Amino acid sequence: MPSVTRPRPRLAVWKFASCDGCQLTLLDCENELLAISEKVEISHFLEASSATAPGPYDLSLVEGSVTTQQDVDRIQHVRAVSRRLVTIGACATAGGVQALRNYADVAEFQAVVYARPDYIETLATSTPIQAHVPVDFELRGCPIDRGQLVEVITAYLAGRNPDVPRHSVCFECKQRGTTCVTVAHGTPCLGPVTHAGCGALCPAYGRGCYGCFGPSNSTNFPSFIPLLRRDGMDTLDIVRVLRTFNTAAPEFDAVSRKELGQ
Amino acid sequence: MTHHGSRVLHVGSLARVEGETALYLRLDSGEVAEARLAIYEPPRFFEAFLCGRSYAEPPDITSRVCGICPVAYQLSACRAVEDACDIVVDGQLAALRRLLYCGEWIESQTLHIHLLHAPDFLGCDSAIDLARTRRADVERGLRLKQAGNAIMELLGGRAIHPINVRLGGFHRLPTTTELRPLAERLRRARDDAQETVRWVAGFEFPDAGCDNDLLALAEPGTYAIESGTPTVMPAPTTAGLPPGSDRALPTRTFGVHAFGGHVVESQVPHSTALHSLLDGRRHLTGSLARYAVSGRWLSPIALQAAQDAGLGDPRQGTVCRNPFRSIVVRAVEVLYAVDEALRIIEAYEPAPRPYLDVPARAGTGHGATEAPRGLLYHRYALDADGTVTDAALVPPTAQNQGAIEEDLRRIVQERLRDGDPTDAELTALCERAIRNHDPCISCSAHFLDLAVERTGNSF
Ligand code: SF4
Ligand code: SF4
Repeated sequence: MPSVTRPRPRLAVWKFASCDGCQLTLLDCENELLAISEKVEISHFLEASSATAPGPYDLSLVEGSVTTQQDVDRIQHVRAVSRRLVTIGACATAGGVQALRNYADVAEFQAVVYARPDYIETLATSTPIQAHVPVDFELRGCPIDRGQLVEVITAYLAGRNPDVPRHSVCFECKQRGTTCVTVAHGTPCLGPVTHAGCGALCPAYGRGCYGCFGPSNSTNFPSFIPLLRRDGMDTLDIVRVLRTFNTAAPEFDAVSRKELGQ
Repeated sequence: MTHHGSRVLHVGSLARVEGETALYLRLDSGEVAEARLAIYEPPRFFEAFLCGRSYAEPPDITSRVCGICPVAYQLSACRAVEDACDIVVDGQLAALRRLLYCGEWIESQTLHIHLLHAPDFLGCDSAIDLARTRRADVERGLRLKQAGNAIMELLGGRAIHPINVRLGGFHRLPTTTELRPLAERLRRARDDAQETVRWVAGFEFPDAGCDNDLLALAEPGTYAIESGTPTVMPAPTTAGLPPGSDRALPTRTFGVHAFGGHVVESQVPHSTALHSLLDGRRHLTGSLARYAVSGRWLSPIALQAAQDAGLGDPRQGTVCRNPFRSIVVRAVEVLYAVDEALRIIEAYEPAPRPYLDVPARAGTGHGATEAPRGLLYHRYALDADGTVTDAALVPPTAQNQGAIEEDLRRIVQERLRDGDPTDAELTALCERAIRNHDPCISCSAHFLDLAVERTGNSF
């Protein structure tokens, strides 16, 4: 039965400094991709389509972190033309791996990579989207999880809040029935302080979680850090694992600074 | 609109490539004076912050350079660090690495063929647009892509930034029983891949040639993917053959450790990606180069499909130098990767341990593998406790930048001969020329903003 044609909600996907992995997750929704594309109008998604339509957009998905002055201006524009703005991935919600520059002298970094650093325009920091504009929802992960992405899009289309758990990876290990790698093998694992979403992937493959979904809702670092030390990590190991893909997440940043006595 | 005098035009952004790019064209009296691909992907400084990290970290960290070819980064990093530590991973562990890489080839190349490149040949804006008229073709592509993802998910844990790769091998090995359902799926995928070769072979291809030296890894006896020796096939013109000739020329090789002496990167003012030259000349890496260097070692089914698709017989030395036909070569490579994945699964026996120990030692190591977009080289220097003291990553798109600019120059020049194109026509043409090379711009430092500057009075 053809129904009355209502205008479809308009979706836009934006990229800032990133690896494209989170927007690729949308293209990786093979089973849902054509269905989603029938329910929404994909108005701006450069990785997938050369047709772009001007805003306003009902839902903007933003990937990547802010690293240039143009980015600072562009994110203001994206916010202005978007009814809802959802950040996707560790880059957009926690600065991404490129936020490692926040601890260094960017001039030195430039000199390592470029012979003529003066040709390169970049900010001294890589910052999450939330640092610049109000964000309606932050989806964690490096990369984000496909199932969670579909949930977020469906929820916004239905006008409800997304149902994305905010507990730790440990819960997911229990759900999956994976034996705790720390208890069974003394493997250092960031599961207790890491946001759920991946389905506790690493422990299921016999390795400790390295925190790619960023900090969970409630983190108890004072009792967690001694556990890492017991399992053989020294201060630098701890700082390094916290300073990787979610280095600008306030919780990880604070603990790594404390460890270094900064 | 006036074409007299000098002016700069900004026309849209380049879609369906991975990353952000602008193109600057300067036309002077009807001639292309300058064609510059300006990659303005903001720099992310991987090489700088890898210094001071542990030698076990580059595989996980460098995968984040690119979400479209994370396995290429993980395995080039593993090879380079293992080389520094004097460890060689072989046997079933090496076979599993190749299987994982086949998964990435299938996923990533199918993505490019169906979602990014095919719309160009069929006059559509996107695969979603394409799906309105050719739903079965798009669905076949999505199925094939899923088969690649299924390999990555089983072996790597997930399709983007797999978590199961480590120095010396894997964290956990799959069981023979786990691989069985994958084999069933791949047998169906093989039919889809064959059909895809037939589908793309039916597209219309403009005449074009690329007269650059071609660079790919070669591993005699097999189609090189995860290992091999850098091998150069020179441009026909250097041997007195006409441009675009499809004759194979004698190749020369150099060791991976000598890569930095041959492929020299330099910075250009207009791009955040470094440019590189191979022994002082522009070169091209990627599907066309691999097919030229390794085509004769394709599996029988892929060889047959290549010939049926009009690519000639690589065993007789036929080489494809038409960048527009790269979509056909890519489809043949997908078919090969599916076939090869099946072969590996059939011969699989779990290794006694999931990984070899890789004890740290001071030294410098080199690693190169064939990312879907071309040769990807990593180099790391380690100190005695395994801390990285120096890192270099040379991605394929940065190497191809010069050859792509050359392509653009030639294509625009030819178009100018047939009359006065509008900016919209020029943008569409240039975008196609760029997409032929499947550029991955996150890697090289991403989309096209076209700026045309016209001077002189010829139009
Ligand atoms: S969060 Fe990770 S996967 Fe997503 S864009 Fe950033 S680096 Fe890529
Ligand atoms: S277990 Fe941790 S590191 Fe592994 S995928 Fe999940 S969140 Fe990321």
